[in-house]
Amino acid sequence: MIDKTVPSPAAAVADVPDGATVMIGGFGEAGSPIELIHALVDRGARGLTIISNNTGSGEVGLAALIRNGQVRRVICSYPRTARSVVFPELFRAGRIELELVPQGTLAERIRAGGAGIPAFFTPSGVGTVLAEGKEVRTFGGREFLLEHALRADVALVKARCADRYGNLTYWKTARNFGPVMCTAAARTIVQVERLVAPGGIDPETVVTPGIFVHRVVVVPTPTQESQLVREGRRYP
Amino acid sequence: MSTAMPGVRGWSEEEMARRLALDIPDGAYVNLGIGLPELVARYVPAGREVVYHVENGLLGMGPPPPEGHEDPDLINAGKKAVTAIPGAAFFHHADSFAMIRGGHIDLCVLGAMQVASNGDLANWTTGEPGSIPAVGGAMDLVAGVRAVCVLMQHTTRGGQAKILERCTYPLTGRRSVNRIYTNLAVLEVTPHGLRVVDLAPGVTIEDVRQATDAPVMPADA
Repeated sequence: MIDKTVPSPAAAVADVPDGATVMIGGFGEAGSPIELIHALVDRGARGLTIISNNTGSGEVGLAALIRNGQVRRVICSYPRTARSVVFPELFRAGRIELELVPQGTLAERIRAGGAGIPAFFTPSGVGTVLAEGKEVRTFGGREFLLEHALRADVALVKARCADRYGNLTYWKTARNFGPVMCTAAARTIVQVERLVAPGGIDPETVVTPGIFVHRVVVVPTPTQESQLVREGRRYP
Repeated sequence: MSTAMPGVRGWSEEEMARRLALDIPDGAYVNLGIGLPELVARYVPAGREVVYHVENGLLGMGPPPPEGHEDPDLINAGKKAVTAIPGAAFFHHADSFAMIRGGHIDLCVLGAMQVASNGDLANWTTGEPGSIPAVGGAMDLVAGVRAVCVLMQHTTRGGQAKILERCTYPLTGRRSVNRIYTNLAVLEVTPHGLRVVDLAPGVTIEDVRQATDAPVMPADA
């Protein structure tokens, strides 16, 4: 029998090793799997490479993971958001590496990674400093950059609803990077608010098919990151 | 560096947004950048239906929600609470940027630090040491959206030109801007340089030239 559910966020991330590459879903706090990230803080794996659109705010969630010294490098499109203090401080001190990627290129590199496409040409970034060192090829009289796929050892994703097969639905703009990240990791770990019996999600409305998901953990009422930040909370 | 003529103010920010909104056709799919560009949605003339694309996964953005009805999972690219209109669609990031890069979005409105007379755009970083580089979706938008409009003050607060022969800040994209809407004028980027489309009331082409570090052609050139 297939049952991808695991009992807790701690159990879900218990085998994430030092040096792992970890994709973390979310656009700001929308879709950020904060309970899984906090479990990874508790787990203490170090030397991580994080692939995520942002770098967290305040001192909770992704910012807490960075503050805790567990992150060596981030691959990111926008590491400077409101109430983002930890990453800027470490970056200016030269204590964390940044690979800056245009947002659409980030999404497509992940999509390609999950789809078995090693690299692709894109118009985004041509003629900019982010094109330095990248192969340029002309198609139809226009220049394009060669960009390489991204894959990860682990993906941490937040969705709304799952069944034991790992079929997923999302919620509004919290979907963002979740579906592509699910496809691109050796071990995809998803936190959901609700688990339903097989058939409880109409097959026509499944957004991520269960084949892309390895572990599901139910967090019925996830913490709202912005509220923790407003309250000046830190993790742990 | 050119400096703006003292006393020449032209359009207010609301009037700039209103002027730009006049040029958005009925039925357009539009992406609005963070900040000043967000104002444009308020001024689309009655009778025109415009569908707003939000790069973090929403087509059919509605007005901001009433206070107390914000959903932290329903936000725009500036991470502010928005609403979804009846007929809206949610999608993931790769699909969202397929809409952008694939030429499906008709028009976008962006802020800018600098624009060059050939359409080069600089709007993501000054490149100064110690600044945190953050690009977001800007490079994808200028690479893929069919009409790229810049909405900004004509000069910096200090009066320095932002419209130049060549950008000095790191580029977002080459030859990507189609039109520039400022407090002084609407300028079109043509293969021969900048041409006036419209002037704010009380503003002359000489005022615009004074505030621009590139040649500006009159509307009938």
